[in-house]
Amino acid sequence: MSEQTATYGFMEPQSPPKTARKPFFKLLFGDLLSATLSAVTVLLLLALIPAFNWAVLDAHWTVRSPSDCQSGGACWAFIGAKARLILFGLYPPSEQWRAVLVILLIVGMILVSLSPKLWNARLLAVWGVAVGAMLILMGGGVAGLPPVPTSKWGGLPVTLMLAVLSLGLAFPLAVLLALGRRGRLPIPRAVSIFTIELVRGLPLVGLLFVAAILLPLLLPPGWTIDKLGRTLAALTIFAAAYLAEVIRGGLQGLDEGQIEAAEALGIPYWKMIWHIVLPQAIQNVIPPLTNTAIVMVKNTSLVLIVGVFDMLSAARSATTDPAWPAPSTEAYLFVASIYFVICFGIAIYSRYLERGVAARTHG
Amino acid sequence: MISALWYSARVRAWAAQIALLAGLGLFLWMIVGNTVENLTARGIRTGFDYLWRPARFPISESIIRYDASDSFLWAYVAGLANTLWLSLLSIVFATILGLFVCLARLSHHPVLSYMTGVYVTVLRNVPLIVQLLFWYAIATSVFPAPRAALNPLPGLFLSIRGVYAPALIVEPGGWFFLIASAALFIVALAVGLWSARRARSFGAPILLAALAFWAATNVVLYVALGRPLKLEMPELNGLNFSGGTNLSPEFAAIIIGLTIYTSAFIGEIIRGGIEAIDKGQWEGARALGLSERVVMFKVILPQALRIIVPPMTSQYLSTVKNTTLAVAVGYPELGLVVNTVINQTGQAIESILIMLCVFLSISLSVSLFMNWYNARVALVVR
Repeated sequence: MSEQTATYGFMEPQSPPKTARKPFFKLLFGDLLSATLSAVTVLLLLALIPAFNWAVLDAHWTVRSPSDCQSGGACWAFIGAKARLILFGLYPPSEQWRAVLVILLIVGMILVSLSPKLWNARLLAVWGVAVGAMLILMGGGVAGLPPVPTSKWGGLPVTLMLAVLSLGLAFPLAVLLALGRRGRLPIPRAVSIFTIELVRGLPLVGLLFVAAILLPLLLPPGWTIDKLGRTLAALTIFAAAYLAEVIRGGLQGLDEGQIEAAEALGIPYWKMIWHIVLPQAIQNVIPPLTNTAIVMVKNTSLVLIVGVFDMLSAARSATTDPAWPAPSTEAYLFVASIYFVICFGIAIYSRYLERGVAARTHG
Repeated sequence: MISALWYSARVRAWAAQIALLAGLGLFLWMIVGNTVENLTARGIRTGFDYLWRPARFPISESIIRYDASDSFLWAYVAGLANTLWLSLLSIVFATILGLFVCLARLSHHPVLSYMTGVYVTVLRNVPLIVQLLFWYAIATSVFPAPRAALNPLPGLFLSIRGVYAPALIVEPGGWFFLIASAALFIVALAVGLWSARRARSFGAPILLAALAFWAATNVVLYVALGRPLKLEMPELNGLNFSGGTNLSPEFAAIIIGLTIYTSAFIGEIIRGGIEAIDKGQWEGARALGLSERVVMFKVILPQALRIIVPPMTSQYLSTVKNTTLAVAVGYPELGLVVNTVINQTGQAIESILIMLCVFLSISLSVSLFMNWYNARVALVVR
């Protein structure tokens, strides 16, 4: 027995065995299982051929008149003809540059904010100014810009603004809810738990119904918030409840000693939260936070149900043009690709952030 | 004295809490006041007595019997039944498909695993409502007329008028057969599990024997009752199909859309659970000389399930909530019924309250079950 232990003791640490790279043919058809899987794959790819034919080979890219799209393949010319309606909705064409500017402003601000090194109070202030500028640009009525009522807003700017504003407004609310739920005071805790569980138990469609139909009944007579504002409120509350649970996860992962040390040093509560608790808590939950951001971008499309003219509603109304034969599939594919670019972009960014966190904590 | 009170953390905390409570109370009181004022100004009567009046609007399809002379209450019930039916079907289908997605993703086959990766990424990054509208557009414009219907599986036809599938015809004695079969199944499973637990090493064979016994009795009973169940295949008669069951394009679009969307999430949840198991567990179990099957079912899966079940439940729960998106394509689930009732009667507060209560009770009962399950499977640390 002791001899055996001794042998183990003298074993040299070995380098991991070299994994032989199988030749490609053997990888695909080497044994029964992989051959079966290859057959399945081939069948799946064969099933995609009609879709490929429809989308590329038989497709109409440019047409002289809508009726040229009658036969077979996809009618991408429809997207070209309706891009303006899908992207900008009913926004007055003469003022369209303002909507374009809003999109550029949002994209630019997001690009500027990508690097975590720039996250500070000044960036927050710049965001505040930018959001104000967006609202003025879209709404007009000052500095010689003709006013455009929110009922004329539509398309991609509305989708982007709903996503950015709902997340931005929800974040501070979510922090308060999470702190309340984690805190020692019974009343804030009860209020937070009630709010979070209530909102998370409901489908967003239900909340949007509340905002669109019920909210006008709850406000004092004479007060009116337009539909866009009400749906934004519903999206904000929804996002706040989900973000609060994510942030609570971060708070739970925080070492208790951090708070005890801060209290022992006599640091006031809110300073401790701002400088010690939140930075660490949020860093721990970056992947689920970006996940919630993706979910919220996708959720903005639900405003279609209560009749807000976002990109999806604009696409749907574009398909009702009787001049074009049944172009819905193409329109939805176009909208889907825009959502995909945004959401997948956030997912890639999340991976980049995670690598940064990993490098700082382990490197 | 005063300054001692002013600087006391406890007094401050309580003062802040009382202020919060008072603020909330004032807020609620104002909202109730506003609502009452608005309702009287618009002449809307409140109360739930409208529930017993006849609804007088049609519901295009319903899995329980409903017609326009039924009450509003029954209209809600019909909507809820549709919601639950949609949820059940899409959860079952999505779980099966999700399992395949996970297996394909985990397979070492480079092309298949890459393709599944693309499938998952695309589906997860496009809003469900866009996908539903897309499938609805396919079902109403790309599917061919009934005469040229697509026939991907025997007895299943896809056409612009909807999906036709075989129908299960229950003849006299059929119900008796179904109930007896279900009862026998429960007995066989209970006896099988009980004796399997008693005789550990022969567990699986005993369970299999019990199920085989159940299957054999089923065959005997089925023949003895004169074959009381039949599958009726849809057949093309002239311009349309006769026989079989017809699923409307709306229903087909939602089932396809929800199933495919959810399968991407479920596939990732299962994969996450299996990949989270430490490699040492596989190696340790194999080093002990356990067979691959025992390694999978006795070592890996029990641990993976502990990780998989919580996100899976919340995925199921969000699938139930996601069925409300069926409003967008016009399938009459609870949300659409509520919307119709509001348009017909103006009873917005009551209708929305009913909808919120239904979803809250579903969510709460599922999370209670979750807590119970988590407590049951949690690691017992000794």
